[in-house]
Amino acid sequence: MATNSLFQNADNVSIVLCGQAGMGIQTVEFLLTRILKLAGYNVFATKEYMSRIRGGTNSTEIRMSSEDVCASVSRIDILIPLNEGAIQHVEKRISTQTVILADKEAIGEDFDQTKHKFIDVPFTKTASEIGDKIYSNVVAAGVIARLFRIELQTVIEFVGKFFSDKSGDVVQKNLAAAKAGYELSEDLQNSTGIGFNVNKDTNVKDQILLSGTEAVALGSIAGGCNFISAYPMSPSTGVLAFLAKHAKDFSIIAEQAEDEIAAINMAIGAWYAGARAMVTTSGGGFALMTEGLSLAGMLESPIVIHLAQRPGPATGLPTRTEQADFELALYAGHGEFPRIILAPGKVEDGFYLTQKAFNLADKYQVPVFILTDQYFIDSYYNTACLDLSDINIEKHIVKTNVNYKRYKLTANGISPRGIPGLGQGLVVVDSDEHDEAGHITEDLDLRKRMVNKRLSKLELLKNEIIPPELTGPQDYEDLVVCWGSTYNVVKEAVENLSKENIAVLHFKQVYPLPNETVKYLQKARNIIIVENNATSQFSKLIKLHTGIDIKNKILKYNGLSFYVEELTNKLNESWD
Amino acid sequence: MEAQSFDMGDIDIAWCPGCGNIPILKILKQALAELEIEPTNLVLVSGIGQAAKIPHYLKTNVFNGLHGRALPPATAIKAANPALTVLAESGDGDMYGEGGNHFLHTIRRNPNITNIVHNNMVYGLTKGQASPTSQIGFKTPVQVNGVFLEPFNPLAVAIALDAGFVARAYAGDAEQTKEILNKAIKHRGYALVDIFQPCVSFNKLNTYQWFKEHTYYLEDHDPFDRQRAFEKATETDKLPLGIFYINSEKHAFEENTGLYREKDTPLYEREPDMEKLRSLIEKFKIPL
Repeated sequence: MATNSLFQNADNVSIVLCGQAGMGIQTVEFLLTRILKLAGYNVFATKEYMSRIRGGTNSTEIRMSSEDVCASVSRIDILIPLNEGAIQHVEKRISTQTVILADKEAIGEDFDQTKHKFIDVPFTKTASEIGDKIYSNVVAAGVIARLFRIELQTVIEFVGKFFSDKSGDVVQKNLAAAKAGYELSEDLQNSTGIGFNVNKDTNVKDQILLSGTEAVALGSIAGGCNFISAYPMSPSTGVLAFLAKHAKDFSIIAEQAEDEIAAINMAIGAWYAGARAMVTTSGGGFALMTEGLSLAGMLESPIVIHLAQRPGPATGLPTRTEQADFELALYAGHGEFPRIILAPGKVEDGFYLTQKAFNLADKYQVPVFILTDQYFIDSYYNTACLDLSDINIEKHIVKTNVNYKRYKLTANGISPRGIPGLGQGLVVVDSDEHDEAGHITEDLDLRKRMVNKRLSKLELLKNEIIPPELTGPQDYEDLVVCWGSTYNVVKEAVENLSKENIAVLHFKQVYPLPNETVKYLQKARNIIIVENNATSQFSKLIKLHTGIDIKNKILKYNGLSFYVEELTNKLNESWD
Repeated sequence: MEAQSFDMGDIDIAWCPGCGNIPILKILKQALAELEIEPTNLVLVSGIGQAAKIPHYLKTNVFNGLHGRALPPATAIKAANPALTVLAESGDGDMYGEGGNHFLHTIRRNPNITNIVHNNMVYGLTKGQASPTSQIGFKTPVQVNGVFLEPFNPLAVAIALDAGFVARAYAGDAEQTKEILNKAIKHRGYALVDIFQPCVSFNKLNTYQWFKEHTYYLEDHDPFDRQRAFEKATETDKLPLGIFYINSEKHAFEENTGLYREKDTPLYEREPDMEKLRSLIEKFKIPL
């Protein structure tokens, strides 16, 4: 092997770690992403994993870059396979350019040097010399850090911090492992020439490393959330765990309910008594909540629902991703009542939209969805620090008087919302059709007025729809439409096309559909829609509301999110 | 305070003449008046069914939710504002059938609420099918050969889960039922009061006369003896009435949240500490 061929100048590098659940991939991912950011690189990470606690084959992708990096690529520049079968697992993503750093002893395979750039790295032996092969993952982190010429001091300091709550011996051994990995890497560089030169970015230092889960959870705190009830279900559970962890600091009741039915009924009860409540759930869990959703519609109760999609039907692929529950969120719940559906694209959208969801829910007394998916929830990257300066917690609770009527018919359909114990009035809510005071009625004329009152809020809330975001030239001819979590991957794929007159239109409010939709679509000569589902659910809604039929669709529904190159190729083919 | 404080005035009541719900409504108003609970400070939570209509006939704050789902919102209402007195009241089908899972886990969660169950051993609103507490052999248009499912025993289940307060009353005895309700509402934690209630339209077996003949009051019973309470709860020849079991040592759910240790302000008066949020976000620059 020619030694110099392994040295690369690159704008961005994709590193994939692949192995069994329980092998410590997450530790390497954690250490590396932080160390890379500390060293001044942009960093993105995402993972795909099997629905099991041990074994199987999982992979984590880390991209480091001189510029913003926010999406998953198929290409692998550095692969670290940790077990037998790991290389096979990502076979379609590796090429002759992929450098495979593998411990021959651990993966039990002979390397075919004609097919791949294999470098045998004795991770296990090095770790065993320190005291135990469990240190292999920290050795690997040291090896990779050195490939990017990150200073040893940066590595050592962070590894020390990471293990600081462990015993002195564990800290020392991990520090030794990181250092040994670093030195091992120096030897490899001397013998093979391997190394990467990626420019640093001074903006990275003041940015935050944020995942979809964290963005949604922090957004709910900023929205004044003080009650969360949920039943654990991948990939939605992280939000519950985050709020439980910070419950004391922010006066939050975080309760694991016996089922999703209890969870949503608790949340509605909490709003009734003046709390600001949310639920977090996924597919089948949300299916159980639909009765409660309908209750919120009838009671005109605010509620925030974080629905993290995963592939169905039924249990589907529990740990994978899809955008196939948009129509479920849109039509769930018996009877007719208004709702709002928001779908974050950029990670920070998760924060700002969830914050806003609480204000919208309270103001219009309607359910507001935050529609994410496993890809959004489990991915993270560095982004500008969240700005709290424009954040307001808008409360819409009134103090009642003796004549208070919860469902007073008003000009705009919104009845001032009182809560029990605040004022001299009584707050009566009923899942039956009710009169203005909230009591059960079978007055059919009143029924009609109550339906009209509830539905009139849909017109009212259209006044503050979040418009779609156009990226690219205003005088575009070709338009790529997308929504929710696909934003970053579509954006990068379109940039790679090096095509003029093409723009991306991304929707982060998917219902009610923004008024600008027609204007944007009519301007385009060709429109392509990109969705992570099989039936192009969003384009169906667009057709229903605008009459515009987007015929050109790029859909993916194998349980994985789009890769940048895959989408670039498909977009190219679509315009041929 | 007078029981009339809870009167709704001239309203149309949907219950049949002679319905066992009627005395329960009257007894409940008396108990609440004796306890000096202000209507503005009380929330009556119910599900769906004939018994679940009770909040519409009693002047107070009302959360009349879904069938079987009274307990989760009642738990949350109490947790969001512990100053409120919260009662969750519905029938046997609602609480023990549709809401069975919530019944089990609410007992475990132990919110400071009173769970009143009108137990008439039949479905009234849907016109006469078997309920979870219907007795074996009870014939209905659906259970045409008579019920063969083991009747649900709410008291034995509650005692098995170490519920803080477990009692059974009879709608035909106003004085004793009022006393039991009084104690249940005062109990700090979850309290179950199962009230036998004749259904004059759909249950021709468990009539006023039948309940008189098949019940008796517990005497010389130590409610702190859990084993004995369980034994009493499983008696079927004659059904005991009274307070079966008390455990006053448990912390209520809202206490366990830890939110009210330092201050008792309800959640609606609280705001997140934005400075704390700012410093939490700051930590994501290098999240550990």
